[in-house]
Amino acid sequence: MAAVMAVESGQSRLRPFSCELGLLSRPDGRATFLQGVTPSVLAGLYGPVEAKISKELPDRAALEVLLRPKVGLPGVLERSREQLLRQTCEAVVLGALHPRTAITLVLQVLSDASLLSCCLNAACMALLDAGLPLAALFCGVTCALQPDGSVLLDPTARQEQEARAILTFAIGSSERKVLMATTKGSCSVEEMQQCLAAAQGAADTIFQFYRDSVRRRYCKS
Amino acid sequence: TVEPLEYYRRFLKENCRPDGRELGEFRTTTVNIGSITTADGSALVKLGNTTVICGVKAELAAPAADSANKGYIVPNVELPSLCAERFRSGPPGEEAQAASQFIADVIENSQMIVKEDLCIANGKLAWVLYCDIICLDYDGNLLDASVFALLAALKNVQLPLVTINEETGLSEVNLKQKNPLLIRKHPVATSFAVFDDTLLIVDPTAEEEDLATGTVTIVTDEEGRLCSVHKPGGSPLTGAKLQDCITRAITRHKEVKKLIDKVIKSITPK
Repeated sequence: MAAVMAVESGQSRLRPFSCELGLLSRPDGRATFLQGVTPSVLAGLYGPVEAKISKELPDRAALEVLLRPKVGLPGVLERSREQLLRQTCEAVVLGALHPRTAITLVLQVLSDASLLSCCLNAACMALLDAGLPLAALFCGVTCALQPDGSVLLDPTARQEQEARAILTFAIGSSERKVLMATTKGSCSVEEMQQCLAAAQGAADTIFQFYRDSVRRRYCKS
Repeated sequence: TVEPLEYYRRFLKENCRPDGRELGEFRTTTVNIGSITTADGSALVKLGNTTVICGVKAELAAPAADSANKGYIVPNVELPSLCAERFRSGPPGEEAQAASQFIADVIENSQMIVKEDLCIANGKLAWVLYCDIICLDYDGNLLDASVFALLAALKNVQLPLVTINEETGLSEVNLKQKNPLLIRKHPVATSFAVFDDTLLIVDPTAEEEDLATGTVTIVTDEEGRLCSVHKPGGSPLTGAKLQDCITRAITRHKEVKKLIDKVIKSITPK
């Protein structure tokens, strides 16, 4: 059953986003995350399944993240993003409960602008949908610092080009700590803290959205 | 050691590390500039046992059509099987690719070299700087050593004067007259490992990186601006802890800047 809903951007100035759980039939966890108007990232999660001997870890599950761009083959940028996504997921997945298994997360980018925050949200939704034991949830928030110094949450592709700096955070649901951070462009320390505070504020909206969409999926309509 | 994590915890409780360092102390940093005579600029950096060499090779090429007034900088990090047992020979692995992307981001974010400076004739000729960073001994903290080696090597680059002959339209290289490259910003990276979700230790060794639950790398320039805050997953941190990292990174920048200035002064002929 598919659950679709959208959150109107309130004071936190996030664009309306929506997600669809259970779009694909084969994966154990599946999610589509839409930020703005166009579909953005499609996620499928397989696992925990038997691992290849070479990849097997004796004390925990081996997590693998594959990021596919909209066109062409994955390059160096995709590789470095895969590493970011994998290490973020590893921090929340209780892998010790499934030793010597493999978990594969495949993310297919569907839009031109592949915001890292969108990938993070789709990844977390897929983990949720698969019902894997998690220590906490996380959400991705992108902040753009505009030339006049104001902070803009969740920029569009055009706003992103005009911005002086772009900061992407993954915020954990427990105490809103920073799980992942990456920046583009340079900014002062105060501006960074300002963006972080804005991202932490927006995180609550996203976690509420996660809760609502999972509730919709599991209640009969 | 039988129980490495327990062994480390005992030391960290006393605010020191098995190699005798305090938690906020870097390993001895040494830098040798101009070690490769065949390269246009080079530097060898040692952070304790970690050894990284960077060579910059300059070539001429036509600029891309959509950015006619820009040259190219192509950084590449190599982790050969020589440097540690966990790397295999063959195509670059995930860590090497992620490091290459990180170095490219640092160059772009800090604007240490403005690509317009590399242009010789608009739309016709520009410099391509191939920055090859090779790790010779991997003992943790690859990113700090790589960024330092790159900066030192770029400071060492001497580009020959190139003019375009107006009659023939061909380029003429004057190898006798060489000019240094204009470095506008000096980015310096500082890495931290997170131990048991709370403790931050500076400049982790390979063993500490393996035992740690996460890493953070902060890159700052001389004005104290952030060129990069890179935290690839791992243990969650509060904003205050990140602030501590940034404060330490700014003091580290001063140390590195002093060292690099001293070395450059010692090699320039009077």
